[in-house]
Amino acid sequence: MTDKEQYKVHKEPFYQQQSNEVALYTAAYNARLPVMVKGPTGCGKSRFIEHMAWKLGKPLITVACNEDMTASDLVGRYLLDANGTRWLDGPLTIAARIGAICYLDEIVEARQDTTVVIHPLTDHRRTLPLDKKGELLEAHPDFQLVISYNPGYQNLMKDLKQSTKQRFTAFEFDYPDAKLETGIVAKETGTDEELAAKLVKIGTTARHLKGHGLDEGISTRLLVYAATLIKGGVSPRDACRMALVRPITDDADIRDTLDHAIDAVFA
Amino acid sequence: MAEARTEYEHPLMKGYREQLGCGFPQVAHVFEDCMAEALSSLSKEGINAYLEYARFLCKMGRGVEPVLIFLEEWPSIATTLGESALPAFIAFISLMNKSPNNPAIAPFLQSLAATARRLHSQEQMQDYMDLALAFMTRTTGSVHGIHTTFASPGLPDFFQQSPYLLSQISIDGLKNWVEYGIRNYHDHPDRQRDYFSLQSADSRAVMQRERHGTLLVDNERKLDLYLRGLWQKDAHFVPYSMGFDELRKPVPYFDQLGIRLPDVYDDIHGITGIDRYRAVLAHIVGHKRWTTAIFADNFSPFQRMAIEFFEDSRVEALAIREYPGLRRLFLSLHPKPIEGACNPENTACLRHRLAMLSRALLDPNHGYKDTALNDFVQRFHAVMQQGESCTEEIAELALSYVAKTRRQSDQLAKTYFDDTEVDYRDDNRHMWRFHEESDDEEMFDDHRKIELEEEELKGLPPRHYPEWDYSSQTYRPDWVSVYEALHPKGKGSDIDKLLAKHGALAKRLKRMLDLLKPQDKVRVRYQEEGSELDLDVALRSLIDFKSGASPDPRINMSHKTSGRDIAVMLLLDLSESLNEKVAGSEQTILELSQEAVSLLAWAVDKLGDPLAIAGFHSNTRHDVRYLHIKGYSEKWDDEVKGRLAAVEAQYSTRMGAAMRHAAHYLENQKAEKKLMLILTDGEPADVDTKDERMLIEDARRAVTELDQKGIYTYCINLDPKADEYVSDIFGKQYTVIDNIQSLPERLPQLFIALTK
Repeated sequence: MTDKEQYKVHKEPFYQQQSNEVALYTAAYNARLPVMVKGPTGCGKSRFIEHMAWKLGKPLITVACNEDMTASDLVGRYLLDANGTRWLDGPLTIAARIGAICYLDEIVEARQDTTVVIHPLTDHRRTLPLDKKGELLEAHPDFQLVISYNPGYQNLMKDLKQSTKQRFTAFEFDYPDAKLETGIVAKETGTDEELAAKLVKIGTTARHLKGHGLDEGISTRLLVYAATLIKGGVSPRDACRMALVRPITDDADIRDTLDHAIDAVFA
Repeated sequence: MAEARTEYEHPLMKGYREQLGCGFPQVAHVFEDCMAEALSSLSKEGINAYLEYARFLCKMGRGVEPVLIFLEEWPSIATTLGESALPAFIAFISLMNKSPNNPAIAPFLQSLAATARRLHSQEQMQDYMDLALAFMTRTTGSVHGIHTTFASPGLPDFFQQSPYLLSQISIDGLKNWVEYGIRNYHDHPDRQRDYFSLQSADSRAVMQRERHGTLLVDNERKLDLYLRGLWQKDAHFVPYSMGFDELRKPVPYFDQLGIRLPDVYDDIHGITGIDRYRAVLAHIVGHKRWTTAIFADNFSPFQRMAIEFFEDSRVEALAIREYPGLRRLFLSLHPKPIEGACNPENTACLRHRLAMLSRALLDPNHGYKDTALNDFVQRFHAVMQQGESCTEEIAELALSYVAKTRRQSDQLAKTYFDDTEVDYRDDNRHMWRFHEESDDEEMFDDHRKIELEEEELKGLPPRHYPEWDYSSQTYRPDWVSVYEALHPKGKGSDIDKLLAKHGALAKRLKRMLDLLKPQDKVRVRYQEEGSELDLDVALRSLIDFKSGASPDPRINMSHKTSGRDIAVMLLLDLSESLNEKVAGSEQTILELSQEAVSLLAWAVDKLGDPLAIAGFHSNTRHDVRYLHIKGYSEKWDDEVKGRLAAVEAQYSTRMGAAMRHAAHYLENQKAEKKLMLILTDGEPADVDTKDERMLIEDARRAVTELDQKGIYTYCINLDPKADEYVSDIFGKQYTVIDNIQSLPERLPQLFIALTK
């Protein structure tokens, strides 16, 4: 039997509620409804799920999806060993067995035929057929499936099928408003509110440029990076350039504008 | 009069006058004043040289003007450049005097003082004269071998414009500007004059290119991002020229049509041009955000000025609250009036007081001692402490400031202006509302203007394209105007008839097309699940497995059919020469081209590749016509066939511009491969271009540009003699079709071969 404890979240992950999402998620979990979290990168989707797993005291299995991922990477496969073959459960199977929350991060990155394997788990059946093994796995009563996806940057080709979408309840996340975000950056890094507010201001500037040469604004995660650097003794200007501007753009005009914004904010 | 003035004369002055020995009465009028200035600024040797050369100019036989100007201007030039510069000037003037260009001497001398102020040093001045000399020799005309008969048409204008030009561009820039003018208008006196008097559009454009400083056009996107990112505003920028209005410098402003900004900013006080633009925008956005218009009717001009200063300071304070870094920027651009610099006894000092106050409101370390000023700075900050305040409230404060500090002398005509211009601020026209609308005549013009605009809107506005000038290896900016229009419609059934005529050929083509249709399979390897086992990978995996490493399970492969992803642009040369009959046939080249294009369009339509067709011809660079026949989104239907049936051939072939214009459509196609086919019957040529190579080189350049944009160009040339030039333009990407009668067959075949 797999060790359930290793998947438990032991320390409370800091999460600042934006509205009533914690209560809503709890309700969804109580009904064991599959959940989809949408939103731009670095706005706190994964953190939220981690926090909820901790709050509910359930193990959490996270799978980062990618293009090369196949169905067997999720479900499991036979491995050859000295005496013949041996079945190895994939993360989704493990989660269904032990009653964990299975979190498929960036689900659209996986190929569409891969995503279909989650279908029987996400409706009333709550089963996972392991055809190769010849087993029909009944999901543990605590099992819940959560997927995340960022509708922004993927292209038209990479969208979820309607049949997949319509199996989930959904949360839409966005970057928190300035005041909240200031609190988050300050609390996460232990910097003072004033510095955090300045960083958030730069972040907001960049978010206004989305669609005008920026695919995605500066995320809360990057703001936290910048604050961490500043706390580590880097000068605010350098830290912001390094953590906020350089990663997100190669466009000279945008870089210039954001650099100017940094100078304007840190007088 | 002259006699009356000479009644008494200082003996010294008399001596000088004799030394000059110039009999013009006009000289006598000004001589004493000029001499007084010369004596105060020139050395003894300088005076001698001054009189000696003035004498030379007087005896030169070109009238009184040269000597008059020289007498008046030289002392000030000598102070800027040094007295030793004189012989060089005189050498230059005598050169001009010996050429047919002597009328240019007066303009040269007239502009000399201003030019000297711009150039500062003798070396630069020498450069300038060398440039003028080269200009003179190259543009002085000789007809039928008679040496230097006609004066250079552009030279006087050039001298007149040079102070202004040098204020905008460096001497090197001036060289390029002159070079361009000489090269392009060498043999066209009127155009040359237009160019060198800065009248013609390209003259200004070339100057613009050579300018120093930060140009608005180059940075519009940056500023747009600045507004959007930092201020969440979206505005249209309208540039105005700083140069042409020497007396009254225009000031930035904004209205419904957009924000007016200077076309160029130089760096000053360590602030880059782009930051100066940002300062202007930050100030203007401040107004947009926080200023509400108030009624102006009840205020005196002084009160209004004060209100404007206070309001400007208020919005800046608020902007700084938002972005503290702006303070540094504003401080470096805001003038720092010196306390006590304005004498209130004889000068109107209100501007000075307000500028000082404005500085003090911005600068916490202003260091001004004036009690009223400090008092109001405190009251201002106290008001701002409460919140954002508002225009009315700040106007109250401004009015009490005016009342408190009013002086009788504020009414004086002599106003103190030094250090009071804050050049990043707008003119505040948006701040004022008037109870009474103006009854100026302009009010009645509005209606008429609208009518005019409507008329102009018919047909698309021209697009301008540069043209490559191979002799200088530069682009001529906005040289060609391309007018795009829908081709008039004819009868679509004509094309169907043509297709029917080539029925047999069409059948053969169809067979070839079927072969071309996407059906070739492509192997997709490294699949975990697939239709076949990929032996190579499978073996590798087995070896991995046997040796104890984890095997790669992706040992299968599958197949998929590859699609065609190619967008095609067919550009037809519709110049006059297409009307010629083909040897040994009753048909004209145009008719044959029509047939060929119909077949090709039919074939491409069958293949399903996106195809656009356009024709072009030109009548000088001002009128290149680009005729739209088929767009990418249009089907091969009667509409399109009708347009193709109606094509007519006229005018000339300016290929480069048409290619560039066609490319901007093709560029926007989302296809892996982009192909531009150009069907032409001769070399690029136009009536306004004498140099045959010019348009050939331009077309070649266009091919390179297109190549950089990922567009493959291919030329189908119907001129049997094309080999001489076509490879120059298209490299190896061309076919010459000698037997034009075979064109309908060859064109689709060529296309198929190209895209197989």
